[in-house]
Amino acid sequence: MTAVDDRPDVAPDSGPEIGRDRRRKEDQRLITGRTRWTDNMALPGMLHLAMVRSPHAHAKILSIDIEAADRSLNIYEVFTGKHLADTQGVNANAWPITPDQIAPAHLPMAVDRVAFAGEIVAVVVARTAAEARDAAELVDVEYELLPAALDLKEAAEADADNGVLAHPDLGTNKSAFWQLDSQGQGSSTRGIDEVIEEARAGGIVIEREYRQQRLIPAFMEPRSTVVDPTGEQITMWTSTQIPHITRFLLAATTGVPESKIRVIAPDVGGGFGGKLQTTPEEWITFAVARRIGKPCKYTETRSESLVSGHHGRDQWQKLTLCATKEGRVTGLKVDLLADMGAYIGVIGGGVPVLGAWMFNAIYKFDAYQFNCTPVLTNKTWVDAYRGAGRPEATYAIERLMDELAAEVGKDPLEVREMNWIKHDEFPFTTVAGMTYDSGNYEAATAKAKEMFGYDALRAEQKERRDRGDKVQLGIGISTFTEMCGLAPSRVLGQLNYGAGGWEHATVRMLPTGKVEVITGTSAHGQGHETAFSQIIADRLGVPFEDVEILHGDTQVSHKGLDTYGSRSLVVGGEALVLAADKVIEKAKPLAAHLLEASADDLEFANGRYTVRGTDQGIGIAEVALATFAAHNYPEGMEPGIDAESTYDPVDFSFPHGTHLCAAEVDTETGQVTLRKYVCVDDIGNIINPLIVSGQVHGGLVQGISQALWEEAVYDESGTLVSGSFVDYLLPTAADTISFEIDHTTSPSTTNTLGTKGVGEAGTIASTPAVVNAVVDAVRHFGVNDILMPCTPERVWTAIQGAGSGAPTVEDAQPHFEAEGGQQ
Amino acid sequence: MTRINLRVDQENVSDDVEPRMLLVQYLREKLGKTGTVIGCDTSNCGACTVLLDGRSVKSCNVLAVQADGAVVDTIERLADDDGTLHPVQEAFRECHGLQCGYCTPGMIMQTVDLLNENPDPTEEEVRLGLEGNLCRCTGYHNIVKSVLHAAQLKKSQETGVGA
Repeated sequence: MTAVDDRPDVAPDSGPEIGRDRRRKEDQRLITGRTRWTDNMALPGMLHLAMVRSPHAHAKILSIDIEAADRSLNIYEVFTGKHLADTQGVNANAWPITPDQIAPAHLPMAVDRVAFAGEIVAVVVARTAAEARDAAELVDVEYELLPAALDLKEAAEADADNGVLAHPDLGTNKSAFWQLDSQGQGSSTRGIDEVIEEARAGGIVIEREYRQQRLIPAFMEPRSTVVDPTGEQITMWTSTQIPHITRFLLAATTGVPESKIRVIAPDVGGGFGGKLQTTPEEWITFAVARRIGKPCKYTETRSESLVSGHHGRDQWQKLTLCATKEGRVTGLKVDLLADMGAYIGVIGGGVPVLGAWMFNAIYKFDAYQFNCTPVLTNKTWVDAYRGAGRPEATYAIERLMDELAAEVGKDPLEVREMNWIKHDEFPFTTVAGMTYDSGNYEAATAKAKEMFGYDALRAEQKERRDRGDKVQLGIGISTFTEMCGLAPSRVLGQLNYGAGGWEHATVRMLPTGKVEVITGTSAHGQGHETAFSQIIADRLGVPFEDVEILHGDTQVSHKGLDTYGSRSLVVGGEALVLAADKVIEKAKPLAAHLLEASADDLEFANGRYTVRGTDQGIGIAEVALATFAAHNYPEGMEPGIDAESTYDPVDFSFPHGTHLCAAEVDTETGQVTLRKYVCVDDIGNIINPLIVSGQVHGGLVQGISQALWEEAVYDESGTLVSGSFVDYLLPTAADTISFEIDHTTSPSTTNTLGTKGVGEAGTIASTPAVVNAVVDAVRHFGVNDILMPCTPERVWTAIQGAGSGAPTVEDAQPHFEAEGGQQ
Repeated sequence: MTRINLRVDQENVSDDVEPRMLLVQYLREKLGKTGTVIGCDTSNCGACTVLLDGRSVKSCNVLAVQADGAVVDTIERLADDDGTLHPVQEAFRECHGLQCGYCTPGMIMQTVDLLNENPDPTEEEVRLGLEGNLCRCTGYHNIVKSVLHAAQLKKSQETGVGA
């Protein structure tokens, strides 16, 4: 049961810190330039690497002439794939979604054949980065071009006899087939075929095909890796979200003992899933540094980043939604083609599968089926990008709910309300088999409608439509949910993922009363140092300023599973609480000993142990000092009160929210202008509202940007034509608007802090809200879909009745000659 | 190699540089001023923005030799010697105008120039004034708020000094 009005905004028994707009601890170094980005690293004798990359999407490597490069000024070595073959390891597919999934071997450096434009074929090692790049230009590679599989649908149809294979030796482009069938798994009594048949006979069937265009994460800090092989250990500094997973996979694929590898993620400038990867560049830098015995650095250029860092989304979604004539949804069938690009990334195969539990969203269906085919093509590999599987699913269902509303002639909010789970039905097990912890869709929607001025905007829309105004108004809705807190390890095990989903924390009481907290999560902009300090300050009753959060170094944080999937607070935060509670328990006998009281008579509050019913007490800082001196402690007790905890979540959490977007469409030019955006998110209890607002704003713009601006475009030869920030359109301050955001609070019931996760919410929710608004503005012209991004050209074309816009490849207009497209 | 003499963050410096060396490379590689960062290779992102003779420039778009004889100010000496933050730095912290912080040096230096030019900008003028600086984390909402707040801080400081 959840009821918004009687819920506190913060955890009920929390102290003064939780729920406070603390300014971030991280900011002092970031606003004064005292930062530690990986590319800032300079070690004595450090060498610099430059990569030689294939300009071709698919080709055999006939020969590589390194002589001219090798003779250049200050060049140490030039290595090709053949030189490194036995030492370079492999880039792993850690989530084989089926036991027989087909995944091409992914060597960091190609040896005989390249499978996408941008793949590395050689590396030059020089005294300076400039000299390395100059010499890389002199490496002469002779290629024999092979036909390239570029179009996702065509690639899915191809076999050894017909069409083009991305990897001819595999005999197919289909990497796997993965299905969730609600009746088959027992989460519904009815089957999808029966429901479709029934709807065709006497209800409504809406069939659509939606395109999730290819996006690029485009974190602001280009990736950089420094490897120092001197000393007993090999140390890697790298711009990553996942130092622990990187260390494990380096050890597992190169044979270097894990205990001899230290991975450090210093300040990391954004990730959005794009740094949830173990990269060829990291593996090559590791191999070269080991081979040469000197520290080596590789920093990518932005153009390299766009062509070689993994991309996101890229799906065709074939959807069949069934409903009664009144608009009650009875079932949904999803047939998904997911473009994996040339290789399966660390969790690449699993990303589209994560959408399987989200297509049904907040609605109650009788039956549901999700069929997913990941497909290999000769393009940059695809893996997690903010939301990872969930935005794609949310887009599809929220677009379909608008289509259903149009079909039955009702307001899209009314149709949603007819179908959503009511607030008194939680916990609710969905048709996909997930149990939603808590939520209140009615309350979030009511609040959002009021903030938005929904009825007045609908009236204005009608007035403009009646008058035939050249600028039409559209209202877009997205009542989304998502699953956060990746993840219960047993669930990941069932899904064949290579790791667990637990998180680790250590709490150390220093003799001076300061607290050192170590988390296995690895922040790159999220503000963990601040929010986690607030949690610990409340739990231990110590000042916020006295808490230091350490992370991102496998030697300091020996155990962890890093940051992605909105897991850091929901899973990592819970580990912190458990470790802090262990400290409190561990210190209790010592406190009792020092107070000459019985431990059973002590209570702990506000950082002090007091003897119940007296004013006798001792602070936890004093107890910490007593363990340091260790002059006087109970028999049989170890002189230490530090504690560790590993927390494995019992279930996911399910944030939700109602997003409302008003957009104006100029019907003469197709230009879309955002007018108003309101969102009311329910993310459970909030630790730091200021940080939450930032996460929401940033998420919103990434989702809006998918709707209106961004697309990774390839030409017919397989060259990425949106390969720089000139062509890949990131929005600027002048393109965006200010947002109105608020919250309702249904605390999660799956963790003690009652938090749900917010890192991806804005991105997941906003894309369909915007496209729904654009389609709503021009629906009276007969438009029911517009391909993303909704460029002026596509919107105008749709209004003219020529369909939703052209598909990606045919639509591409190269901005420069693809000839010799060395990035 | 060409000899250049310039004043960077209130220190006189002199170096022999390759004619092709960019100002941002000079700052980072020769002077170790890693507070200024590189975010792209097409002069789109603005992460490397510094002040050159008091006006903002993308330091990837200026050759080191072009800065000969000039005064360059970077994020590293924006705060006072006693650690007192510049009002723009203060405003970015106060309004949560940064997340990962990579675009922040450029955003802050651009804002310094923007407010020198226009001490009392509207939201629209702020948005247009920051058009050359990309941020992927904040959605610009809190950056715009920070700039407007910085304008207020500067104004009240100046009034305070005048009084």
